[in-house]
Amino acid sequence: MARSVKKGAYIEEKLLNKILASRRSKKREVIKTWSRRSTVVPEMVGLTLAVHNGKKFIPVFITENMVGCKLGEFAETRNYKGHTSKGKK
Amino acid sequence: MARITGVEVPNNKRVEIGLTYIFGIGRSKSKQILNEVKVDINKKIKDLNPDELSRIRKYIENKEMVEGDLRKDISQNIKRLMDINCYRGRRHKRGLPVRGQRTKTNARTRKGPRGSMIKKRK
Repeated sequence: MARSVKKGAYIEEKLLNKILASRRSKKREVIKTWSRRSTVVPEMVGLTLAVHNGKKFIPVFITENMVGCKLGEFAETRNYKGHTSKGKK
Repeated sequence: MARITGVEVPNNKRVEIGLTYIFGIGRSKSKQILNEVKVDINKKIKDLNPDELSRIRKYIENKEMVEGDLRKDISQNIKRLMDINCYRGRRHKRGLPVRGQRTKTNARTRKGPRGSMIKKRK
């Protein structure tokens, strides 16, 4: 929201190059990335990116609706399943 | 009593206030609209002549998103977030605060009454 329009959306350069390359080669292979801070740009639509959550890579299929969000928003870093219920013990 | 955008029936208050009875119009938007269509803010709604009323109506219908349309727009935006399964969407699904507020305590507006958590969660 606060970022200047002039600069455009932030996206890690290496990741962008990889994406453009994979679009050219027409191969749909999963691209691993640690760059959770990169914005989802239209070029990514239709690709599957494996976004690191700090432990493993979460495969994220990018759809049109996701443009504008950050990659990190799709790979949860905390996994909380709730407390064990009293009966379970 | 006047009717603007379907069901809205503001009463005999000043127009500036009366317009805020419409969902999607607050004080500042109300002022802006009345400025645009050149209607005196301090006039009571019942004192408006048909011409003024129709100007207001026309302006709102053409330029503003109010009532049902606005509600639909909002819920669609939320639904979009939930469908793409992003962080904000997940927070909406779980009924937790979306904008990074603390949840250790407080956040009762989103969470609902204490102890009813289990029922709410899907």
